[in-house]
Amino acid sequence: MTRSDVQLMLDVKAGDDESFALLLRRYRTPLVNFLYRMVRDTATAEDLAQEVFLRVYRARKQYSPSAKFTTWMFRIATNLALNSIRDNRYHQMETSIDAPADEDSAPLELPAREMRIDEHMVERDRSDFIRRVVSSLPEKQRVAVLLHKYEEMDYGEIAKILDCSESALKSLLFRAYETLRVQLAPLVAQPVRTSAGEGRAS
Amino acid sequence: MKCEDVSKELIAYLDRRANSAERLEVEEHLLACEGCRKRAEEFRKLWTVLDEVPVQEPSFGFDARLRQRIAAEPRPRWFQWLVPQPRLAFSIALLVALSVWLARVPPSKPALTTDDQFQMIEHLGVLENYDLLSKSDVLAEVPVATTRPADQNDQNTPDDGGGSL
Repeated sequence: MTRSDVQLMLDVKAGDDESFALLLRRYRTPLVNFLYRMVRDTATAEDLAQEVFLRVYRARKQYSPSAKFTTWMFRIATNLALNSIRDNRYHQMETSIDAPADEDSAPLELPAREMRIDEHMVERDRSDFIRRVVSSLPEKQRVAVLLHKYEEMDYGEIAKILDCSESALKSLLFRAYETLRVQLAPLVAQPVRTSAGEGRAS
Repeated sequence: MKCEDVSKELIAYLDRRANSAERLEVEEHLLACEGCRKRAEEFRKLWTVLDEVPVQEPSFGFDARLRQRIAAEPRPRWFQWLVPQPRLAFSIALLVALSVWLARVPPSKPALTTDDQFQMIEHLGVLENYDLLSKSDVLAEVPVATTRPADQNDQNTPDDGGGSL
């Protein structure tokens, strides 16, 4: 029988390190993915994911199952990711005023639909373009989309992580998806290609 | 339901998390509004596009590195309760310092002991006896520099000036 996250965490609290290993196996991939989509750097995402697990482990003695385990864990992850983004932004501003703009930090241009498709299909992979567009969303909207779309969290849980009402979250998600719909319109209109170049039913 | 009202419920409708009443309202609107219907269809396609992003797997040494960091964490020891917490230590130190300071500050009036108080009450009669005081040798020792007649009279007839001390 599969033990719930809460049960595993209570076992960790009682001193069972094997339960912590189970939680790690269960959440390392979603957590690294979420953080990678937030910070768009593999090494930073892994460092932050390690920090999240370490904080969960350190807090094991004080753990009480008042909220869902994932809400707690992704709230830590969100705070760490946002701090990292802000620190990095500050560091970039401080150190490279005259340096040429980083390709990733360049403002996202929206040329004509045909041009965008050609450019991005030739120069970079589709998925990288999607990642760039998602990461260009405002911080709160980005977190909301990542937790809703990729982690499939319910509205109550996301609202707790973002510290807002469910109604505000619904508006936030609508605005975020509306922006993505416009920015990714060429991809939405274009048949989906696989890596082999074949079309895929959407 | 208007277009702006639908916008709030559209995502919940599309991901099937809206309740039946909300679903019905959105469906009714979508049947009547071509713009919202088109937008809803594009949202569905957008989600398929977002699914194209491949999953990022953690690196091979992820678990080992974390285990190493956890092993390096300080373990709780049996005598840990003896080690004072910084906040607690600071509070105790502050309390001790305050007590020492209060103990060293001299009181504004020396407090009388019960014996002193009894003694004072016993001698109250003597202190009130002005006659006794006027005849005391101690007063004779006080130099009389400028004595006015009125003052002298007063001194000779103490009962007139009246009043106890």
